[in-house]
Amino acid sequence: MKDPFNLIITGVGGQGNVLASQIIGRALVKKGYLITVGETYGLSQRGGAVSSHIRISSKDQYGPVVPQGMADVVLGLEPVESLRILATYGQPEVWCVVNSRPIYPIGVNAGDAVYPDLEVLKNTVAGLSKKLWWIPAADIAAEIGGFFMTNVIMLGALAATGSLPLNQDDYKAALKDIIPPKKLDINLTAFDRGLAEGRA
Amino acid sequence: MSIVALDEPGRTELLMGNEAIARGAIEAGVSFCAGYPGNPSSEIMETLAETAKQIGHYAEWSVNEKVALEAAAAASFAGVRAISSMKQNGVNVVADFLTNLSLSGTKGGLVLVTCDDPSGISSTNEEDARFIGRIGFVPVLEPSTPQDALEITKFAFDLSEELKSLVVVRSLTRVSHTRGLVRFGEIKKNKATPRFDTATSFHTFPVSFKHQIMREKLARAAEIFEDSPFNQYTGQDRPEVLIIVSGVSVLYAKEAISLMGLQDRVGLLRIGTTWPLPPKLVTAHLRSTDRILFLEEVDPYLETSVKAMSAQLGPELGLKHFYGKESGHIPSVGELSCDLVAEALHRIMDVPLPAVDRDYLDRAKKAADELVPVRELGFCPGCPHRASYWSIKNALKMDGRDGFVSGDIGCYTLGIFPTGFNQVKSVHCMGSGLGIACGYGKLGAQGFDQPVITVCGDSTFFHAGIPALINARYNQSNFVLLILDNSATAMTGFQPHPGTGMAAMGNPAGRVDPEVLCRALDLPVTVCDPYDLPGTTKTLYEAVKQGQEAQVIIMKRKCALVQNREGGFPYRLEVDQEKCRGLNCGCSRYCTRIFRCPGLIWDSSTKTARIDEAICVGCGVCADVCSHSAIIRRPKNVGQTA
Ligand code: SF4
Ligand code: SF4
Repeated sequence: MKDPFNLIITGVGGQGNVLASQIIGRALVKKGYLITVGETYGLSQRGGAVSSHIRISSKDQYGPVVPQGMADVVLGLEPVESLRILATYGQPEVWCVVNSRPIYPIGVNAGDAVYPDLEVLKNTVAGLSKKLWWIPAADIAAEIGGFFMTNVIMLGALAATGSLPLNQDDYKAALKDIIPPKKLDINLTAFDRGLAEGRA
Repeated sequence: MSIVALDEPGRTELLMGNEAIARGAIEAGVSFCAGYPGNPSSEIMETLAETAKQIGHYAEWSVNEKVALEAAAAASFAGVRAISSMKQNGVNVVADFLTNLSLSGTKGGLVLVTCDDPSGISSTNEEDARFIGRIGFVPVLEPSTPQDALEITKFAFDLSEELKSLVVVRSLTRVSHTRGLVRFGEIKKNKATPRFDTATSFHTFPVSFKHQIMREKLARAAEIFEDSPFNQYTGQDRPEVLIIVSGVSVLYAKEAISLMGLQDRVGLLRIGTTWPLPPKLVTAHLRSTDRILFLEEVDPYLETSVKAMSAQLGPELGLKHFYGKESGHIPSVGELSCDLVAEALHRIMDVPLPAVDRDYLDRAKKAADELVPVRELGFCPGCPHRASYWSIKNALKMDGRDGFVSGDIGCYTLGIFPTGFNQVKSVHCMGSGLGIACGYGKLGAQGFDQPVITVCGDSTFFHAGIPALINARYNQSNFVLLILDNSATAMTGFQPHPGTGMAAMGNPAGRVDPEVLCRALDLPVTVCDPYDLPGTTKTLYEAVKQGQEAQVIIMKRKCALVQNREGGFPYRLEVDQEKCRGLNCGCSRYCTRIFRCPGLIWDSSTKTARIDEAICVGCGVCADVCSHSAIIRRPKNVGQTA
């Protein structure tokens, strides 16, 4: 693994960015890594873009913000947000794991702005990534119980890529630590579905 | 059982900076904790409240920051340790008390934590609360990482007791909201029983004498800081460039130095004891080089302090080149980053920037500029504020006298944006909407003839709205106050407040009803449901028309996020594709273009509105917005399952 290894999770307020970063953080700490997680939310929880920067190292504790052009993996819970992140933090070797379901900015619904055609967007992100996983997480979520499962499905997909020094049991153990027991089963199902999709 | 409360010295956990601050207070044996929510500080008091029963301390959300610090000071006067937490704006609110408290002195360790928000990520301003160190004559300490936040908070209590002075810990968004590894220390046991010694007293007289003592305490603090472990130097004895840095920027500097391979050329002096600066330590480092770069977030505080020190020593130190915010090498506004530090070093030392693929970044940026739409802030789907502003907009339009809204701090601040139909025309601080309305409401005699509505959230009303409302009653100012009562301090994470009947530690508490309070002031009060658009618009219109005296309308509806947690909403929405006439309707996409709930989307293939099931929560409000009744609400359990 490159050291430090930089993962950025991006999405829109309410998509469960912070929970995803907590689960990954916990799993990495259990493996003995020195990690720093920087969260950007605040006002942006009200419909704006949110992101978590996870710095992973076995030597040193890094700052909470990835320097520009130095992201190794982008986990995109929303498609255009993934491209927004690449514009500042991307580099030719970056791997992207992206949920294909848009959340339309209000300006798009209102006709003040345009959401790009999904095929064009997908090809653009692919052109900027070494590898791209385009995951229909929203369809899976709708099938198994609700859109709020998107983040855990995407974690499953991330696990499938093998980009982080974690195996699926590490992710699952962290899920168990963090998700309340009542909701654990459905979350494990979501994780497994994401894992299968990521491997497909 | 909260992890933060575990009595397991040596245990390592991934903690948020704010949790680490709370842990530091717990390890220091804190007895009393009081604060007011405000990002990025809220999790400090949340964690202290959550752990209160386990550990045995007391924690409360006070009505505002000033009361919080006053209450905490009482615990200190009674000889026990106390902490008060707030965001930078809160320090302004406590300033009057604090500048007197530093004269009166303290007894039990008393610590104020302020979390400043560079770039104003969740704030209405970008303010450096370290100013309070200078005007209040109190020491200011600055952590850089979560581990550091724990250690510094703990030390702050000891320092406070040694100096008999309040001590300020200044955190930043990137310390408070960063998770990092934190190693637990021991939790202090055997706390003192609070008791006020009536042989002592805490006041400011004689004033000049106490002022002198205050200065002496500060001088003593500077002496203590000479050997503080929170000031560390890494680098050569005689570096080409010395960086003097506080807060999270030390991590940015370390990374920039290593990316640029400047370890042997640049020295790094991290300052944790920002005010007062230890003069011997600083001058020793000033002697080591002629080029000094300052890194700190928000204002050039270290920068001006060090420059003043250098000027004082003058010829003895020789000529220095100072780089920082004042020289333009570091931006004067916004957060710092590794990239900005690298940029400054590149300019100062003429060394190459860290290697990144600029062609790639240009390409990516070009693609993003072309394809990525702006994501503006907006109220949540189902938010009662959207409905309230909708009625305000329509009532003011019906009235026709060019009325407007005076607002302040909360989710409803977003009323300045299209999500609130741009109705709000001024926003400053907690409670200022009402105070400003008091002024408009008395301009009538000079010919002012526009109606004024002021909006105030429930928590904000308790915090700072009440005195202004009393002023309005007393001076007979004319405006309509809308208390947006959503039963939550929604903006900052749903902390309880006096209107909720719950206290911070999860116990039932005395409930203060804004309605009863306003009626006691003998003001006319009406209660409305913002979801009832026609009813609310009518009530508002009548209130605005009447225009003789201050009137209160209470908009009662839970924050949509709270409602989601408590069982959700009753409706399943659908846009009847036959009835929705899209672009041909003449409404010009009224629902998506003007009402702008993100649950309503525009389907560009069919050219009609649609509901986005992933977003719509089912509040049903938009059904009343469509003039063709194309938006249909049905009870949720009919048809498909949710
Ligand atoms: S958090 Fe609550 S009050 Fe704030 S915008 Fe969302 S629904 Fe409205
Ligand atoms: S019912 Fe209408 S107003 Fe309410 S959340 Fe859904 S789309 Fe928005």
